[in-house]
This record gives sequence, C-alpha cells and structure tokens, in this order.
Amino acid sequence: MASGARAIGALALLLVAAPLVAVAWAAGGVSLSAADWAALRFTVLQATVSSVVSVLLAVPVAKALARRRFPGRGALITLMGAPSLLPVIVAVLGLVAVYGRAGWLNDGLAAAGLPRVQVYGLQGVVMAHVFLNLPLATRMLLQGWQAIPAERFRLAESLSFRPADVARHLERPMLAEVVPGALATVFAVCLTSFAVALVLGGGPRATTLELAIYQAVRFDFDLGHAAGLALVQTALGAAAALAAWRMAQAAGFGAGLDRAPMWRGPDGWRRGADVLALGLAAAFLLVPMVAILLRGLPGLADLPPEVWAAAGRSVTVALVSTAATMTAALTLAVAVARGGARWLDLAAALPLATSGLVLGTGLFLIAQPIVPPTRLALPVTVLVNALLALPFAFRLLLPEARALHAGYGRLAESLGLQGPARLRLLTLPRLARPLGFSAGLTAALSMGDLGVIALFAADQGATLPLMVQRLMGAYRTEAAAGAALLLVGLSFALFWAFDAGGRRAAA
Amino acid sequence: MKPPLLAATVVSLAAGAAVAETPVLTVLTYDSFTSEWGPGPAVEQAFEAICGCDLRFVTGGDGAALLARLKLEGAASEADVVLGLDTSLAAEAAATGLFAPHGQAAAKGLPVPYDDPLFLPYDWGWFAFVHDKTRLPAPPASFEALAASEVKVVIQDPRSSTPGLGLLLWVKAAHGDRAAALWAELADNIVTVTPGWSEAYGLFLEGEADMVLSYTTSPAYHRIAEQDAGKDWAPFAEGHYLQVEVSGVLAASDQPDLARAFVAFTQGSEFQSVIPTTNWMYPAAEMPLPEGFETSRPEVSLLMTADEAQAARGPALAEWQAALGQ
Repeated sequence: MASGARAIGALALLLVAAPLVAVAWAAGGVSLSAADWAALRFTVLQATVSSVVSVLLAVPVAKALARRRFPGRGALITLMGAPSLLPVIVAVLGLVAVYGRAGWLNDGLAAAGLPRVQVYGLQGVVMAHVFLNLPLATRMLLQGWQAIPAERFRLAESLSFRPADVARHLERPMLAEVVPGALATVFAVCLTSFAVALVLGGGPRATTLELAIYQAVRFDFDLGHAAGLALVQTALGAAAALAAWRMAQAAGFGAGLDRAPMWRGPDGWRRGADVLALGLAAAFLLVPMVAILLRGLPGLADLPPEVWAAAGRSVTVALVSTAATMTAALTLAVAVARGGARWLDLAAALPLATSGLVLGTGLFLIAQPIVPPTRLALPVTVLVNALLALPFAFRLLLPEARALHAGYGRLAESLGLQGPARLRLLTLPRLARPLGFSAGLTAALSMGDLGVIALFAADQGATLPLMVQRLMGAYRTEAAAGAALLLVGLSFALFWAFDAGGRRAAA
Repeated sequence: MKPPLLAATVVSLAAGAAVAETPVLTVLTYDSFTSEWGPGPAVEQAFEAICGCDLRFVTGGDGAALLARLKLEGAASEADVVLGLDTSLAAEAAATGLFAPHGQAAAKGLPVPYDDPLFLPYDWGWFAFVHDKTRLPAPPASFEALAASEVKVVIQDPRSSTPGLGLLLWVKAAHGDRAAALWAELADNIVTVTPGWSEAYGLFLEGEADMVLSYTTSPAYHRIAEQDAGKDWAPFAEGHYLQVEVSGVLAASDQPDLARAFVAFTQGSEFQSVIPTTNWMYPAAEMPLPEGFETSRPEVSLLMTADEAQAARGPALAEWQAALGQ
C-alpha cells in the first residue's frame, strides 16, 4: 500500500509538473511582468474572500443539517450539493437569471419600489464562488459532524451539557480539524477561476491569473510568461495546502460503536436559527437551479441526436475517471492517515491550483512528437478529469481515514488484517459514506470539465459540455439550454447514485 | 480559380488517388465551423465527392486558438490547411513562416479590396451592436452617442475572443488617438465583458444588456431560423469594422496539391452557398444572398491592413485595460 501510494503521489506530482516544465522548456524559461501584480492581487483577494465566506456560511448550515431531523432532509442534502456540479457557463447564466440586472430579484425589488442591486463587481464574483463552493464546504463540515461518534454526544447529554458546552468540547475541536482543509480547497478552486471572475467581475479589473495566462498564450504567444504565471498560481495553491496542513489539529474523538445518534437539537432560538440558516441556504442555492431548469425544459424536447451520443461519451468518461480518481484518492488518504510521507498530502492537493490552459498546452507539447494529439482526446480527458478531481476526493476521505486509523488501526494490526481483506472488511465499509460522496462528486465534475482538452478535440467524439458550447456558438440558445439541463441532470444522477449508495452502505 | 482548372486539378488528383490508398487532407479549423450546425458537414461531403480523398477536420477553439496551436506545433503540424484565421491575426500568422502561397485570385465579394498571397478570404462580416427592437426602439447611432447614452452593452474580452479583438480595432480605426478617452466614456455603458462570443450573446438574450457586440448578420439568424424579426443591428456613423475570415496552405503539408485544391474549393459555389445560413457570415464570392439575409448594409467599411492591425493591437489593448480597469 505504501509503495502504491508513493507511486500514485509521484504520478500526480509529475502530471502537474511535467506540463509546466514542457511549456517553460518550449519558451526557454519563465518570466513575469509588473502588470502581473494586479492580477495576482485580485486573484488572492477574490479567492480569500470567496473561501472565507463560503466556509463561514457553511458552518451554521452544516450544524443545522447535523442536529435536526425533518422529512426530506436527505433529499435536501443531496439537492444542495447540485450547484458544485454545474459547468461554469451554466452556473453563470442561472445566477444572472436570478440576481442579474434583469433577474428575478431585481424585478421583485423594482416591483416593491426598492433600489436594484448590482451584481457585477467583486460582490458578484464572491457570490458566484460561494454559490459554487458553499455546497462543497457544507458537505465537508457535515462529514466532520457525522464523524463524531454518537457516544460523545450521549456522554455530553448525560453530563447535562448545554449547547455552548457541546460547541466547546465537541464541535470546535472537530471544526479545528476540518475547517483548514475546507478553506484551502475552496481557496484553490477559486484561484483558477477565470470565466466566472471575468463575467461577474464586470470587466478587466477582474483579471485573474488564469485570464492573464490566457492572454499570454493566445494574445501574446509568450509561453514563458504563461509558465511563470502558472508557477505562481500553483505555488499559491501549494502554500494554501501547506498552511491548512499546519493549522489542522486532529480532534481525537476516538472510535464509537456506530449507534444511531439520538438527535435532539436544542430548542428555543436555536431552532429558529437553524430553520433560518437552512431556509436561506436552500433559497440561495436552489432558486438559480430552478432558473436553469426553466431555461432548459423547452429545449429538452427536441435535442439534436448528436447530443445524446455526446452524453453517452461523457458518462463513460466520467465513470472511468471516477474509478481512477477513487483508487488514487483512497490509496493516498489511507497512506497519509497511517503516517505516510507528508509530501503525499501536497501531491494530492496540488492539481487543484493547476492552470487548466497550461496543463492542456503542456500535455499537448509532450504528446505531439509521439502521437497526433487528436487521437488522444478521450484518454487525455479521462486523465485530466481524474487528476483534477483527486484533491476533492482526497480531502473528503482524509479526515475519516485518519479517524479510522486512530480507532481501528491497532486492532487491525494485532489481528494481522492486511491487504484485500483489510480493504473489504474494514476500510471500504468504514469509509463508505465519504467514498460514495467523493465518487459522486468526481463523476459529476468529470461530466462538466471542458477547458483543458480543447487543444485535443477532433470533430468526432465531442463530449456533452463541448456540445453545449457548440450549440451556444451556433445561436441555438434553446437547444444549448436543453443540452445544459441534460448535462446537469446526468451529473446529478451520477452524483446521487454514488452518494446514496455510500450512505446506504454506511447505514 | 476558373472552374475548368479546378476540375482538372481534382481529376488528376482523383486519378492518383485510385492507385494509392485514399489520401487524407487535414484541415485545422475553429470549433463552430465543424459542428453539426456549421458549414463543416456539407463542405466535407461536397469536397470528398470530387477530391478522391478523406477530408478530416481538426478543431481547436477559435481563430486565435488556432494560431496559438500552429505556433505550438510548428512544421510538425498534421494539418495541411488552416481555415478560420482572420485579418487581425494575418500578419502574425504570416510571420511564423509556416504558410505557402495559395496561388488563387483575390476573392471578389468583399466590400473592400483584399489580396494576400498567403491568405484567401472565404467569408466576412461587419461587426455591429445587435439589439432587440422592442426593448430598444432608438439605438445610438455612433460610439459617441452610445457613450453619452444610458444604453447598456455587453462585449467580449480582446484577450480571449476574436470579436473582442475586432471591437478593439474598430474603435481604434474609427477614433485613432481619441480611442482611449472614448473607452473611458464607454466604461459605464459596459455591463460586463465575457471570455467569448457565446457568453455575451447568451447574456444579451437573457436581457442583461440592451445591446451586444456581434455581427450585422446576427439578426438574419433570428429572421431566417427563428422567424423572429425583432432583432436588428445599429448602424454607426463612423462605419463598421470588418472581420474577414481566411484560409491558408501550410508549407509543411504532405498533401500540397490537395491543400491548394481545397483552398480553391472554398471559392466555389458549393462551399460559398452554405456559408450564409450555416456560418451566418457573408460569402466571399459574388453570389445572390438567401432571402431575408440582408436588410441593409453599413455605408462605411473599416479594415486595417494586417500590418496595421498587428501594430495597433498591443497599444490598443493597453488603452482598453487602463480605461476599463479603473
């Protein structure tokens, strides 16, 4: 297992580093310019604000979900995960339909005689990033709550803990373990943002590093500059991952007996606060989803046949990517939890902050002398999707893998439980819930990803996101909205199938 | 090229092909050209019927992405022909030294003369701001009027989109030294800037802006394909900048005869006749336009030469960023 983990970690590092080196090599070096400071400042600013707001808002939402039981709770948890699965352009159009100049919110405000709100600017960038990442942060924190053994809550109850005591002795230690990783993950996701930041940022003052990389490759064809910018971007992501790793403290709850928790959330104003947190989060996340549904329904009826072929291709790519990512993420998480080399942690986090354009360009440069890149379109899609989803899956598995090792590691060692038997009897059953969730997330992300493989695309074999873009580019807005809805629906179905499967296996 | 000469080339090619295995002609083009709704499928069928070859399209983003890709690949490119660069990129493309003369006479259907030994136009269009007549009955009639009005527009980023670059050159060609000041005045009219054409057009259709940077031919799509006569373009007094899309033969092609035959084929009626209602651009050859395609034309056409465009775009981008980056 340990040598397997090192091999996987080395492969992940290689896949991040080799394309960057290939681009820098082609240019004969890396360079940066004074104008990059503005892009760097804006990138760090928006990513910091976006990640802090996403995780801060996720705390009350995850807390409410953890301690309340109500009909439809499971469905709400699943549905609220949906925005994280949206392709960027679909998310932007959905947000704009609700919060834009001519959106539902402003129509409502105007009808009530209130001033309109302006979405374009830093506030729009942050709102969109929170929309895309709040679901992920919420799920990471919720996993943390669920990982606290029920016995600890029973003990707290028998000691007549008040909610403040529960917070101090159980919830805060748990948050201290989970929040840094969630912050670093959302921060890294927002680092590479480009289309969301530009469109909702309102123009060139919202220039991110990734957009500067675009300019370097497309406008100036300055590959050295692109490599320099990509290096800065990856270093920022690495710094965030390292900081998270230093800040995170193991909560040390120990193992429990897996009894069903006796959830009796506190009454009084706290009930109202939980209802408010869930209501606001659900409205913020789900109303734009309704807008996407309404935009897409008319076009869904007569989708061109090519769209269905593309959908089949995308599902296949997603499933293969998921198998690869989950194997890699589980191996790495278990190895790190058992005290494996620390660089493995970094190797699993780095792909998040990679520049998609530099990754694609570098892979193209590496492949081109060996084989025509267009023949590699689908394999490269699988590889890149698997690589880019690895940090999410790893981050979701790691806390529970740590808890598993702390709680059962010594017992398993003393029983000589090793290899496939340990995987089957201990690791897979104990980690079923995070495995299901991260597999669902990986599959859905692999359905939506597009940017990196544009260089490899041939006229045959388009994936569904590419098809949406082609329809939009051919004025076929209604069909594009329908195909986008199909994409969202399939992503969500894959996500739901894995997530529900994991939760059922864990129950 | 005269039709008999084209036919002779094609026949001789076909005769050669009968002996050897079917040659493959690879055309590097932008994504929307080959989509099921673009000209690609019809062009492929028509050319393969006469060339005795297998025509393969390789796609990559848009015009600027094609050029970046060519520079990445250099002479090792598997492509024989590049289709989809525009005149803003032509000087830079020529400077790569990767292109060979196409040997064709200049295209006749353009509103301005354009004759380049390396690049042959196959379609063209005027950039214009498109609006919905019911929402905006009296659109501004110049950039100055737009800047003075409350009208909101959505445009594309010149760093990531060819129409965005076209707008940059349009303002520069029309207003020269006043371009920077004009951008500053336009700043409060610009709702937002998108990475590509489709996001901008999508936001416009959602009602986020009164006007969108597109083409004078965009309303034709709505008229012909959707029976919607509600969209129109606003004539600007300073004239409209042209986008001329060109193809070129790669010097390193292993099928140079086929490549030249294909570039010649882009001027023929089989290719040209599908352009208006698939690519929604004007054909480069003189030919009748489909019913409803054109209601009016700009009076003045603006187009920088390839060298002027190459020299202007860097400083123009800096002005644009400075004016809108405040």
